[in-house]
Amino acid sequence: MPKAPAGTLYRGREGMWSWVAHRITGVLIFFFLFAHVLDTALVRVSPSSYDTVIATYKSPIVNLMEVGLVAAVLFHALNGIRIVLIDFWGSGPRFQRQMLYTELVVWVILVVPGTYYMIKHTIETLFGSAS
Amino acid sequence: MATTIDGAPAPVIEAPRSPRRRPTSSKARTNFELYAWLFMRVSGILLVFLVLGHLFIMNILDGGVQRIGFGFVAGRWASPFWRTWDLLMLVLAELHGTNGLRTVINDYAERPQTRFYLKMLLYVSTSLVVTLGALVIFTFDPNIS
Repeated sequence: MPKAPAGTLYRGREGMWSWVAHRITGVLIFFFLFAHVLDTALVRVSPSSYDTVIATYKSPIVNLMEVGLVAAVLFHALNGIRIVLIDFWGSGPRFQRQMLYTELVVWVILVVPGTYYMIKHTIETLFGSAS
Repeated sequence: MATTIDGAPAPVIEAPRSPRRRPTSSKARTNFELYAWLFMRVSGILLVFLVLGHLFIMNILDGGVQRIGFGFVAGRWASPFWRTWDLLMLVLAELHGTNGLRTVINDYAERPQTRFYLKMLLYVSTSLVVTLGALVIFTFDPNIS
């Protein structure tokens, strides 16, 4: 096996895996956007048809999928900022790995409270602590 | 004629050749891929604010998704600010995603026919989403029943 050249951004390790995750989250978000524009278009049909489809968004299982969507979008956004910095900031390529770990820390810091607020109502409905 | 120190003739450097013509395509070279690359960065930065703001308002703020309904949308779209926000977000996100999927198709679909049909499918879905989405934003009627 030939050894991978040193200093490669996109082969192996953090550079490659962040690229893979960026691609997977991107495709996922694209397909959600397609569905989301179609369901929102129901506001042009009637209030009740729109409220019916939005009711599925409020159900516990879809609510959990929304947490996944928000987590995916947040990763894609933060990693996109990292890509812009790699391309336009002079020292970007040198610090790409540090930027990825910073990005992951920020991601966790934002996803944890975000998840709490997003599933609060679902937890309360399922386990009946309030309202 | 130039010689080296020991008197031997210097290696010949040939005259630069005339520019190589592109073998198959007669189409003029464009900078399309450069502009596509730049668009991904510029739209991406704008989308960080537009999309994360949208997700925060819709899913987290003030009860999140549980408070959304027709009346909520009507209240927001009464303001030109939010209609502009949503229209800009729709167009930028759809074009950003389309170019992303175009790259993915170019990377993984190897047969020319497969590439062609996948991209046509992609572009048809893009025009559908942008047209329908813009139409809904522009023609929204809060008094519809």
